[in-house]
Amino acid sequence: MSQDFDLYRPSEEHNMLRDAIRSLAEAKIAPYAAAIDEEARFPQEALDALVANDLHAVHVPEEYGGAGADALATVIVIEEVARVCVSSSLIPAVNKLGSLPVILSGSEELKKKYMTPLAQGEGMFSYCLSEPDAGSDAAGMKTKAVRDGEDWILDGVKRWITNAGVSDYYTVMAVTDPTKRSKGISAFVVEKSDEGVSFGAPEKKLGIKGSPTREVYLDNVRIPADRMIGKEGTGFATAMQTLDHTRITIAAQALGVAQGALDYAKGYVQERKQFGKPIADFQGIQFMLADMAMKISAARALTYQAAAASERGDKDLTFQGAAAKCFASDVAMEVTTDAVQLLGGYGYTRDYPVERMMRDAKITQIYEGTNQVQRIVMARNLP
Amino acid sequence: MKYVPDATGDRHFADDLTVDRDDVDGLLSELDEYAVEQALQISENTGDDVEITALTIGPENAKDALRKALSMGADKAVHVEDDDLHGTDAIGTSLVLAKAIEKAGYDLVVSGMASTDGTMGVVPALVAERLGVPQVTLLSEVSVEDGTVKGRRDGDTATEYLEAQLPAIVSVTDQSGEARYPSFKGIMAAKKKPVISWDLSDLDIDAKEIGLEQAHTSVESAAQRPARATGTVVKDEGEGGKQLAEFLASQKFI
Repeated sequence: MSQDFDLYRPSEEHNMLRDAIRSLAEAKIAPYAAAIDEEARFPQEALDALVANDLHAVHVPEEYGGAGADALATVIVIEEVARVCVSSSLIPAVNKLGSLPVILSGSEELKKKYMTPLAQGEGMFSYCLSEPDAGSDAAGMKTKAVRDGEDWILDGVKRWITNAGVSDYYTVMAVTDPTKRSKGISAFVVEKSDEGVSFGAPEKKLGIKGSPTREVYLDNVRIPADRMIGKEGTGFATAMQTLDHTRITIAAQALGVAQGALDYAKGYVQERKQFGKPIADFQGIQFMLADMAMKISAARALTYQAAAASERGDKDLTFQGAAAKCFASDVAMEVTTDAVQLLGGYGYTRDYPVERMMRDAKITQIYEGTNQVQRIVMARNLP
Repeated sequence: MKYVPDATGDRHFADDLTVDRDDVDGLLSELDEYAVEQALQISENTGDDVEITALTIGPENAKDALRKALSMGADKAVHVEDDDLHGTDAIGTSLVLAKAIEKAGYDLVVSGMASTDGTMGVVPALVAERLGVPQVTLLSEVSVEDGTVKGRRDGDTATEYLEAQLPAIVSVTDQSGEARYPSFKGIMAAKKKPVISWDLSDLDIDAKEIGLEQAHTSVESAAQRPARATGTVVKDEGEGGKQLAEFLASQKFI
């Protein structure tokens, strides 16, 4: 055997990052998770703690004042926050989703202008792709952008926008040439303060209640032409390219919530006594825990492998990202449901965290592409 | 600073009744995180010419504690490791620390108030004696100005404001201010910072002066604490006070 065999394990730095973020999450984020869910309010405590420790948008490159974290480090941050509070994990996750189009395709000026405040914690980024009638069929969007001299005028409605109203910056995909369908879509940065930007009432959701989800209304919003991300007509490609990378952050959330549920259940079954002994002594319980741990371990391997592919820009990234997101989120749903089962009647109450985890896990099977869409993506990109 | 066994882990004794360090994960003693934090704050408030050296004695794994301090922002680290150190008591430890501190050079030594495993809290004082410098211990506030270290010590009945000329040793309490978390940048930077390893010969210490054999106390036996028994409930039916006093007396509490 050799302790120096460095395959299939994160580096020492990644493990140190996990230790740091885990202590932070347990001390500063976990204590508010139940209240954030119960009151369906924004996790300000989590945002403050993440910003204070430079963990709110770790993916921003160093040249723009960011931490310059690689894709695996970003996954670990999101995973560890999600382990205690999925709502709070939407902060680093959506900051990456919203800003990645700029990082991938934006001009140098645009990157400087928007990545710097994001890295400083002065403003968050949201991602506006979906619309009331354009979900899985994102290219069917109706929001349009019309050129007017040196400006573009955006008009339309975006739906299911995470952290809408809280974020200062919005990456918005809009139709610039209706005759070309996906090739007629362009991406823009819209600011919350731009005239004509407003928000709908927060959606009343099953889970991730602490993360506001609202409609974004663009009422003839006039923005300068240099706010376009990349070239005209490349917005849809940028949006899809972004998702290749960020689906892995959804896998990270799924992994985190599954681990959180297993950790809680593992402690509970040792405390809870029935028939004169801890229920952990029963083989039926042990088998459930073994299955949960096995699935999480497989999901983690797939997720970290995909994160490494994202960092390198591997050719099979599209498959890897979709596979990790789909598998990890299905695992999260199974594991959190089993955790509720292990806690029995107690697990079904809001006095224990596992029912929240189960509700929160569900969204990971739905957003950034439903798991049915992930299977389409995988099938079209078979390795 | 000290690398201690993780208190949440399953800790055991080895055959010689020292803690089996191979059997349990270790970490930087939480109380020493406060010392790192105060050292960093002193450095930040004083200027660029301050260099912070993290120093620990311990097995190979104790480097993890140093890396934590480096990732929080310390500039370099010194690790004293030698098989002959095994079983060294607080007095022996103070000798090794004093020699290492002298060799490394210092103006101010900042330590935690105690370790989270031994919890004796005597090492800073012992080291100060050996170095022949002032000790200002158990501070909840500390600052350095013009060659003088100043601090506040909160006692049960009084708050003392103390100061001493540098070089000096201070220890800081868990009330001195929350320790920072290592940032991603700090963790990556720590990788490139130097960790110097010294053994006993580097410090001119004879192995006969330290180690388990030289410890001033010896552990005869060690046993697991018995499981907590059901508590005694005193119900007040007129005789409650008396019963309570009798119980406390029977347990030798009064």
